[in-house]
Amino acid sequence: MADHLLEVQNLSVEFHTAQGTVKAVQDVSWHLDRGETLAILGESGSGKSVSASAVMNLIDMPPGRISQGRILLDGRDLLKMTDEERRRINGKRIAMVFQDPLAHLNPVYTVGWQIAEIMCVHGTAREKARAHALALLERVGMPEPEAALDKYPHQFSGGQRQRLMIAMAVAMKPDILIADEPTTALDVTVQAEVLSLMQELQRETGMGILLITHDLGVVAEIADRVVVMNGGRIVETGDAAEVYRNPQHPYTKKLIGAAPGKGQMPEEMDRDGEPLLSVQMLRKNYGAFQALKGVSFNIMQGETVAVVGESGSGKSTLARAILRLEEPDGGKALYRGRDLVSMDLKELFSLRRDIQMVFQDPTQSLNPRMTVFQLISEAWVIHPQILPKPHWRARVAELLTKVGLHPEMAQRYPHQFSGGQRQRIAIARALAMEPSLIICDEAVSALDVSIQAQVIELLDGLRREFGLSYLFIAHDLPVVRDFADRVIVMKAGQIVEEGAVRQVFEAPREDYTRALLAASLDPDPEVQAARREARRKMETAAA
Amino acid sequence: MKNFLGKRAFASGLSLVGLVVLVFFLSRLTGDPTDLYLPLDASLEAREQFRELNGFNDPLLVQFGNYVWDLLHLDFGQSIREARPAIDVVLEGFSWTLSLAIVTMTIVTIAAVVIGSLAAFRVGGIFDRIATFFSLIGASAPDFWIAIVAIVIFAVNLGWLPTSGTGTIWHWILPVAVLFVRPFGLILQVVRGSMITALSSPYVKTAKAKGVRPRPIIFVHALRNGLLPVITVIGDQAAAILNGAVVVETIFGFPGIGKLMIDSILQRDFTVVLAAIMISALAIFIMNLLIDLAYAALDPRIRY
Repeated sequence: MADHLLEVQNLSVEFHTAQGTVKAVQDVSWHLDRGETLAILGESGSGKSVSASAVMNLIDMPPGRISQGRILLDGRDLLKMTDEERRRINGKRIAMVFQDPLAHLNPVYTVGWQIAEIMCVHGTAREKARAHALALLERVGMPEPEAALDKYPHQFSGGQRQRLMIAMAVAMKPDILIADEPTTALDVTVQAEVLSLMQELQRETGMGILLITHDLGVVAEIADRVVVMNGGRIVETGDAAEVYRNPQHPYTKKLIGAAPGKGQMPEEMDRDGEPLLSVQMLRKNYGAFQALKGVSFNIMQGETVAVVGESGSGKSTLARAILRLEEPDGGKALYRGRDLVSMDLKELFSLRRDIQMVFQDPTQSLNPRMTVFQLISEAWVIHPQILPKPHWRARVAELLTKVGLHPEMAQRYPHQFSGGQRQRIAIARALAMEPSLIICDEAVSALDVSIQAQVIELLDGLRREFGLSYLFIAHDLPVVRDFADRVIVMKAGQIVEEGAVRQVFEAPREDYTRALLAASLDPDPEVQAARREARRKMETAAA
Repeated sequence: MKNFLGKRAFASGLSLVGLVVLVFFLSRLTGDPTDLYLPLDASLEAREQFRELNGFNDPLLVQFGNYVWDLLHLDFGQSIREARPAIDVVLEGFSWTLSLAIVTMTIVTIAAVVIGSLAAFRVGGIFDRIATFFSLIGASAPDFWIAIVAIVIFAVNLGWLPTSGTGTIWHWILPVAVLFVRPFGLILQVVRGSMITALSSPYVKTAKAKGVRPRPIIFVHALRNGLLPVITVIGDQAAAILNGAVVVETIFGFPGIGKLMIDSILQRDFTVVLAAIMISALAIFIMNLLIDLAYAALDPRIRY
């Protein structure tokens, strides 16, 4: 009899690329038992998903190759089985839920068909499978399950799609559910719902859950044990709470140290005098849909104002409307007393250098065919009065040093940098304009935790050095708590609460803010357990 | 949907009007057809009578006005060469070409989709290499050359197949085979590329994780997504045949619309040329509409 339900022993996987062999994971061992949740925690490039892909036979070979190791399911080595044998295990005994359910559901088939399919390929009759699919949709809390069967994936919201993926995965009552970043890119309240759904299903069926994540908060919320990976190797493994309280490996310590949400919150600053930016009753409609329903707030010189809210709350539209990347339908945005909304394009052009924007995805916001030097100096091509050409080279070098990059990197192209470095380039580009206000639209959301902390530190340093102001748009509350002076909570195009960061986080006035805070995940398993309790109370009180 | 159809019909109607104007005046630039139709020794009176009968003496704008007026009554005029309504002549040729296009494109589509999908499933494999090699040759070979070589081999040397006419099924083999080569090569390349993308997409990964067998993964999960860009190319190639596979129809003496147009132009049978162009344009319009509808049928995200 085998010791464990699923056991990976000394697994090494390599990929043969044009640049040579890349060792994705080396000598990785872990195990999973019935009814428990194991989390594999790691940043991008750590190889955290590779062993799960090996379990599911999803590694393309070539270029991939499993150079050593065994994967035992009930003591039988999966790697020695034929493709057909493994196909019969996939979906039936081991099922998988992926990140980004929109991409992972087939866009051209109805969800009812797709859920029924997993049962049909494992031998269930069509009609029976469809009836069961309906029951599954009811089980995962899909509204109007009957109608949902005949809809297509694009007709659902992000959270609903992940429920569909989960319904599909648990259709055959698998022994093991592998979830690869299942809640990344979901709103915090939706994330909490999806995670608790997975836990409920686990209690019902006793399945083992393997959770792959970069988020310490997710680990704290549902994992029993955790495997920490870095650079393709396991650096630490153990009880989730134990690892958090008493990390052994320096990498784990660094990762836990970098988790946002623990810093000192700033004191409320003096907000007398003329604001740098004063937004008054700003409105924006898309057809009949009101994206901004009259939003008003002020940003003072040197102040960081964070806008938080879930997707669809209008926070990004707000940023774009202020800069007139989208024309607002009404209201004012007074920058040093001059109205950005009503000024003519020429005046706006000269003012734009004062207000710069840093976007979420530096891969897309940096032109891949321009060198770093060209990207940064483009600012001076457009606004020649800032800096005469002979000084460009020296200034680019200076800016690169300022954002923590090497001046010699100026001749490289964006694809030669990591995600965090690219975001630094984007910040250097914004700084080249010598702005007074930088609007960050989810500027650190796509970055790994440790990189995120570095970029936040950089932004904070620049604020102190140049007296910059930030409008910081984010969905991640712990980051906001560390970085912002003031918080604006938005919902459905309106501000529901505004206040100093300490007031909003420690004494929220609105139910919606309280719900957001309760749903946000803390990296500390004990804090998280307490929050879970608080959330349950709020739910029972509501019901 | 209704709105969409209306808009499309309006836009196509506009282009048809433009086409009528353009072709009518361009065709008159080639000279007076009288000289061609009457014997060299025809008398001046006879020539004058012929001109008068066919309205060639009227000012050009009047001729045009008359033509448009008749068109509005669905009268495309008389074919001078065949002395019967031009539309009858054209529809006869068009029906031959339409059959040829349908037969050819059906075979092309099935072959290219199946072979292209299988090639995409194992990129770089031996099947993929062979398929890619032949499709590139097919896509780049000129059809007049293929036609001549095919006649030399199968008709002249081996004597297996007839070289011209439409009498039996054997008559169809050479024209269809020659017309098959280029669209097959092109479409296979597009299918292969599109299927490589589809097969490496996240939803295919999901299907593998569900335990779906390889064949349904290719032909159910990936193909319906991969077909979208292919449909456009299929439409393009079908249009090329419908517009008159002039070279192939001429070589094989196939009485289609391509051959008809060439003959009519050479003999200045303007009414037939105009009618043929109009029918072709109408066919292209209907086919583009079918492509749009096929898009919507394949992809639920597309709604008009």
